[in-house]
Amino acid sequence: MPQHFVAPPLWEWYIVWYFFLGGLAGGAYLLGTLLRLIGDPRDEGVARLAFLIAFPAVIICPILLTLDLGHPVRFWHMLINSRTWGLNFKYWSPMSVGAWALLIFTVFVTVSFIEALARDGWTRHPAARSVAGTLAGAFGRLFMVVGSLFGLFVAGYTGVLLSVSNQPVWSDTWALGGLFLASGLSVAAATLAILARSRADAASTERKLSRADRIFIVLELLLLAAFFVTLGTLAGRLFAPRWIVLWVLVALGTFAPLLMHRAPGAGRAGAPVLAAGLVLLGGLALRIVLVFGAQM
Amino acid sequence: MARTVGFFTDTTLCIGCKACEVACKEWNELPGHAPKFLDSFDNTGQLDDQNWRHVQFLERSTPNGGVAWSMMSDVCKHCSLASCMEVCPTNAIIRTEFDTVHIQPDVCNGCRDCIAACPYAVIGFNEKTGLAQKCTFCYGRLQNNLIPACAKACPTQSIKFGELSEMRTVAASRLQQLQAQGVSNAQLYGEKEYGGLHALFLLTDKPEAYKLPNAQNAVLPSRNNARSYLTSLVTAVLGVLGAVVAFRQRGEG
Repeated sequence: MPQHFVAPPLWEWYIVWYFFLGGLAGGAYLLGTLLRLIGDPRDEGVARLAFLIAFPAVIICPILLTLDLGHPVRFWHMLINSRTWGLNFKYWSPMSVGAWALLIFTVFVTVSFIEALARDGWTRHPAARSVAGTLAGAFGRLFMVVGSLFGLFVAGYTGVLLSVSNQPVWSDTWALGGLFLASGLSVAAATLAILARSRADAASTERKLSRADRIFIVLELLLLAAFFVTLGTLAGRLFAPRWIVLWVLVALGTFAPLLMHRAPGAGRAGAPVLAAGLVLLGGLALRIVLVFGAQM
Repeated sequence: MARTVGFFTDTTLCIGCKACEVACKEWNELPGHAPKFLDSFDNTGQLDDQNWRHVQFLERSTPNGGVAWSMMSDVCKHCSLASCMEVCPTNAIIRTEFDTVHIQPDVCNGCRDCIAACPYAVIGFNEKTGLAQKCTFCYGRLQNNLIPACAKACPTQSIKFGELSEMRTVAASRLQQLQAQGVSNAQLYGEKEYGGLHALFLLTDKPEAYKLPNAQNAVLPSRNNARSYLTSLVTAVLGVLGAVVAFRQRGEG
């Protein structure tokens, strides 16, 4: 068993919520992009919803990260060296890379948010209409694809950030980056499936999202299995009595949506919403137990 | 003038007087935490933002069935390959002209990534200042040709200070002396770990007994970069393919 004598960094609720919202924002942006690129015209409404929901999720992220700092007013030190005024970028430090990725992704999300607002008719501001016009063609598709790459990075690097340490559990596995990404995709698909109900003519898109979510959940379960295999007996510290309820939520958030789909009456009103709600709860519970459990 | 300095802490000479702890707090104006009443004479518990030197009291069984104390004055190792420095996103952690590892208080923003990375639990978070703090190797004293306060105060010369090369020679000589006297379990710690530590320790037990990871476990955080990013990349590809499959099917079912 690996030896660990480290102190915990005391990353707590701000970080848990950042991990959750970062995954949601990155996943939503990717799903919105894919719905537009390969979906049919009926998916456009939910694609816009994806960009609309990615924005508030990603805007909260830097606020959470800033509040978590011991010196919040020095948040800009993540990007700029306060001694030399040069840029701070260390490709081998996930926190450094992540700060830049989050900044760039936020720009993409903001632009796509404005475009979605304009297309949905929420604003008639000339600048917003100009943005929507600019993103209407091939450039817009390229823009979304590049934004999605940053979204995928933001959703997954948080797990890498934990692993690139000397903390017990976090640094003893290679599965966390993939696990957080799969969970983020699943949470995003579930959120969009719930929100799709607010759109007329989005029933087929909702079913597509539920189908995608089941694939993401299978991916998440595989990575969860890899996570436990790589940890070996060290995984025991994550199963202290105080974490059991959270693991139950994780199990409900993964197995229940898969089983509910196959159960009789799966199509009944309310069942898909319940399944999506469990995915969200499970995604949050996973991050809580992984962040807090390793530090205690 | 640039120098490469080091500590050599000989645990066989430590008497647990904690003069090093007191001198460190006094010189560095560290108020300390409220004393803890622990199992031994240790009332500070660990290295952290207020304890830049910490005397460990280790109770050990002896071969004849008795109990013996081992004391070790622990400190930041100022690793040649420093985990804290590796991850620090703000470049607040730098290497000084004395080849020591220093946290610049005006640059640190209190992200605490260094705390997650340090394998020796050296760095602590100061709630009042909002900064990560640890031993500075008495940077100000070094700049004025003074030796660190802990080494100055140590009454038994358990803590020695000097040029790193000189400390290595002294440590090797002391090890040879102890082994000649029949102390077969005597060993040096810090010659190879993390590219060579700037705080060498002479131990009389395996490193983990002193809460020091052995050579196999003394590893840098960056070891996990490639495999973790690769897993994320594979997951991303599978996730996108999964979404494409799901979205390409007709909406039914």
